Amino acid sequence: MSTQLKSASIPTIPIKARLSRWFGRNLLRIYMVFGFTYLFIPVAYTFVFSFNDSGKSNLIWKGFTLDNWQNPCGAPQICNALGNSIKIGLLATIFSTILGTLIAFAIGRYHFKGRSSSNLLIFLPMATPEIVLGASLLSLFLVFKINPGFWPTVIAHVVFCISFVVVTVKARIASLDPRLEQAAMDLYANEVETFRRVTLPLVAPGIAGAALLAFSLSFDDFIITNFNSGTLITFPKFVYVAAARGIPAQANVIGSAMFFLALALVIAVQIVNRKKIR
Amino acid sequence: MRATLAKVKTPYLLLFPGFAFLFIFFILPIINLAQTSTQTPIAGGDTGQNEQTFAFSNYINAFIENREQFGRSFIYATLATIFALAIAYPLAYAIAFKSGKFKNILLVLVVAPFFTSFLLRTIAWKQILGEEGFVVPTLRNLNLMGQSTTITSTSIAVVAGMTYNFLPFMTLPLYASLERIDPRTIEASGDLYANAITTFRRVTLPLSLPGVVAGTLLTFIPAAGDYVNAAILGSPNTKMIGNVIESRYFKIVDYPTAAALSFTLMAAILILVTLYIRKAGTEELV
Repeated sequence: MSTQLKSASIPTIPIKARLSRWFGRNLLRIYMVFGFTYLFIPVAYTFVFSFNDSGKSNLIWKGFTLDNWQNPCGAPQICNALGNSIKIGLLATIFSTILGTLIAFAIGRYHFKGRSSSNLLIFLPMATPEIVLGASLLSLFLVFKINPGFWPTVIAHVVFCISFVVVTVKARIASLDPRLEQAAMDLYANEVETFRRVTLPLVAPGIAGAALLAFSLSFDDFIITNFNSGTLITFPKFVYVAAARGIPAQANVIGSAMFFLALALVIAVQIVNRKKIR
Repeated sequence: MRATLAKVKTPYLLLFPGFAFLFIFFILPIINLAQTSTQTPIAGGDTGQNEQTFAFSNYINAFIENREQFGRSFIYATLATIFALAIAYPLAYAIAFKSGKFKNILLVLVVAPFFTSFLLRTIAWKQILGEEGFVVPTLRNLNLMGQSTTITSTSIAVVAGMTYNFLPFMTLPLYASLERIDPRTIEASGDLYANAITTFRRVTLPLSLPGVVAGTLLTFIPAAGDYVNAAILGSPNTKMIGNVIESRYFKIVDYPTAAALSFTLMAAILILVTLYIRKAGTEELV
């Protein structure tokens, strides 16, 4: 009845047409809701089952408990694995960010002989499947009688993180307005000063983004780690091994906690950046 | 004179530490892998002991023995790439043009699932779609699915898992290239009486092509070498080449075959990628 009245008040556009027009206009937004739901279903599932009073295998819902969150290290080895992943992630991030940023400046800022082959060398590790990277490094370590373990894993992670750092930082350098640096030079800043007070602060967000990317790639890596870590357990390795017998709910706790931690960090950075711009 | 010489040297000095590292830990291993791939086991030696005999037959044997898994890897990876592109393109488009002030937050949300380990998420899919999850029993009760049909342990599950896991790798480069499009070019197309479809086909899509190329590569390459999705979501009938290489290394300790397979995989991917980039016509990819 009421819909009839409404449509009667705007007689030129019948309700069906208005509905279809609304859908047409908002189709992409509706799609976006579905898309993000799809992306987040397993994240939500992992979070919900972190509260499962499951005992050893976290397969069927058995009841709500906070025990897993109060005792995240309750499953044997899990916090050891997490600690290793964080240590490896931080070291790999530091090394790959430094090496990658230097390369990005060279390629992004200079025209030199061998620039295009440099680009190729950066592209190659990304075009190599992880399993080939991991396997080839392992055979090198075996030739030199280096046992797989902590440092070989760090090295392996730096290898695949460097390219992503270069690409990210290079994109930032390419988007810089060269006039800003020229202005600094016009104001009698020398090259070092210009770099330190103008270029670097402008590129910094790109470097920070690259570091965050490197850490998340390293922290979540399984395939390359599996080849080069030997008996060392990392968090993804722990999950993979545990999957055969059923994953303890503590793994869900750590996965969810990492998710919220990273989200909070990224949002905090966004807010700080927005304030700076104002 | 000294100043110009220093300037000439600067890029090389910047490159040196990183490239030295990549040479030792990327190029050398690949060369070493090539050497290993033509070795044969020492007669009477322990497992894992091999000698160089330039046995190029390793490649032929390895390929013939595993051609099924090779084929599967490329079919699965191609399908996952196509599905990811189909799902990610409208998503990236919506974020770039229809999200207003929420743009940055939505971008973060695309990457956010990364932080819950991809293994945990893949296992979550396995449990959601598995026998004890709620999807399969519901579909069976509604008679939409046969009593003995399953979702997990099928090739569909493996392709779906890969599509899901590599979706952010597809979405981000697509977004980056869509976001760079000047909205005035789209308006101009409208002013010239092009309808929405023509505008998309003749303006938006060509301008976003670099993103399509980067996204498909970033999805296809890791998908072709992946073995985790097949191991968790698949069955022995869905084994990919990655599964074979992994088991040759760790379970069978047959390094030469594993190396030959790795090398073949890498070469195949490089050839495909080169052809693809040529065809797509984007030079500045990286």
